[in-house]
Amino acid sequence: MGSLRALLGVTWRRPSARIGWLLLGAVLAAALVLPPILPDPAAQPDILSQANLPPGLGHPFGTDMLSRDVLSRVAWGARVSLSVAALAVVLSVTIGAAVGLVAGYAGGRTDAVLMRLVDAALAVPRLFILLLLLAVWERIPLAALIVILGTTGWFATSRLVRGEVLRLRGEDFVRGAEALGAGRRRVMFRHLLPNTLGPLLVAATLGVGEVILLEAGLSFLGLGIQPPTPSWGGMILDAKPVLVTAPWSSVFPGLAILVTVLAVNLVGDALSDALDPRSA
Amino acid sequence: MTPVLEVADLRITFPDSDGRRFAPVDGVSFSLTRGETLALVGESGCGKSLTSLSLLRLVPPPGRIEPQSRIRLGGVDVLALEGEALRQIRGRRIGMIFQDPMTSLNPVFRAGDQIAEAVRAHFPVSRREAAERALVLLKEVGIPDPASRARAYPHQLSGGMRQRVMIAIALAAEPDILVADEPTTALDVTVQAQILEVLDRLQDTRGMAVLLITHDLGIVAGRADRVAVMYAGQIVEEAPTGELFASPSHPYTQGLFASVPRLDGPVRRLTPIAGSVPPPGAWPAGCRFRPRCPVADPRSLEPPPVLPVGPDHRMRCWLAEKRAER
Repeated sequence: MGSLRALLGVTWRRPSARIGWLLLGAVLAAALVLPPILPDPAAQPDILSQANLPPGLGHPFGTDMLSRDVLSRVAWGARVSLSVAALAVVLSVTIGAAVGLVAGYAGGRTDAVLMRLVDAALAVPRLFILLLLLAVWERIPLAALIVILGTTGWFATSRLVRGEVLRLRGEDFVRGAEALGAGRRRVMFRHLLPNTLGPLLVAATLGVGEVILLEAGLSFLGLGIQPPTPSWGGMILDAKPVLVTAPWSSVFPGLAILVTVLAVNLVGDALSDALDPRSA
Repeated sequence: MTPVLEVADLRITFPDSDGRRFAPVDGVSFSLTRGETLALVGESGCGKSLTSLSLLRLVPPPGRIEPQSRIRLGGVDVLALEGEALRQIRGRRIGMIFQDPMTSLNPVFRAGDQIAEAVRAHFPVSRREAAERALVLLKEVGIPDPASRARAYPHQLSGGMRQRVMIAIALAAEPDILVADEPTTALDVTVQAQILEVLDRLQDTRGMAVLLITHDLGIVAGRADRVAVMYAGQIVEEAPTGELFASPSHPYTQGLFASVPRLDGPVRRLTPIAGSVPPPGAWPAGCRFRPRCPVADPRSLEPPPVLPVGPDHRMRCWLAEKRAER
């Protein structure tokens, strides 16, 4: 799709966005390449002599209080946190796009009912809904966490898509498609949806940052990703007792969160600027 | 000749903010025979575009076609169709082109793909055959180098090119009737002429009937077989084009001609029609042109009937009765 490629091109030309892309690329590369060549993130070579080692040659990011390699755990945590965020966002964007499409195109009562439900859902803080849902499990399975994060994140997206659909519905090409005998599904998926991809992409990108933060927060509270699966939020939780004496075991996962979310948001902002016709 | 399209007593209503329904199209009747061009002329807001949308049942909600209306397409009662049967006539029996070529094409798909899509919507052909058919259509609407234009996105094409692509899309399903809603309004004058020429040629080669919707009397002359003039939701005068231009009879039609400069004939001041078209819902009782009419008389307080003023020439004005008496 030409317009999408042009969009990505615009963001690459922007210095702040380029930094975002590079950081994001670095995080992704680290998540892909590092885990297999690093020590087992669960291995506890010697809790007595190898715990809380400061960063050094053997352990670039040091070791934690259980003598596990922090770099390895950060790298594995990247895999976990990024895939949880990506899958949750794919889920929420899909639901949001579907609801927005239906509401915007069907209009009338369908639209009113769907949007009032969304309004109600948006009136409750997301963290509150999450805590409520997570309270059901003592140890939540990863898949359930993804589903819960995904199904609580689509409300704003559906409103965004609905707005775009309302705008597009008045355009002649949509009327034209109807005049040509295109059915509802065809109009929605071929004419409306592709034209909302830009804003959807922005929402998805920014959504990834949001979900990474949420998941880290939940894991820090012990409600998110469960040990022994490494996660950035969980690592900070584990490192709490040695926060002052061995800060590396909490600082490095914290930095990983910071860098990743910053990268994603830089890219997302650049995409949304590139889509705004007023900022040429 | 039997008409391919017959519209009788078409009435389209919308609710106002209080929920009362008003009728932007009120009692419109006309017919179209094979190969014929009927021009529907009127100012913006007179209901001409709404009339054209109703032919395919595309009146946007909460608008509604009232039950007394009749739209017959060949032997088919369009207003009785539902679902798939309705979809089958859209594009296939009646093709439509819209005013603004800038917004009439889907910006994210290549021109050729959009034409091919229209082909595949109505004929069981493979993607490849549809793509080839698209190239033929592009050639037919006068696009040079169709192969490369087919790969272009709409924003890479000029307004005239886009309108040609639009025409190609409308022709893809080989409709019997083409509805052209202000097809050249958004285009440069030189491009206008080219587009109209393409339409003329296609009509000749395919024997399509054309419903040409316009506010421009200039493009009607020499192109339409008949003209129907609309004012405030009604057809006020209908006649063969030559007859209408030679002797416009309804005061509104006369006003239209007096407000357009002419190249032939003596130089004269243009006389605009006083006032403006009242919005739908605020139309006066009786003759709707009465407040702006230079020859309105007490009888205009009653709604005038449609009366003949000559062979194939009718108008909705009490003057017709006076003339008939003479």
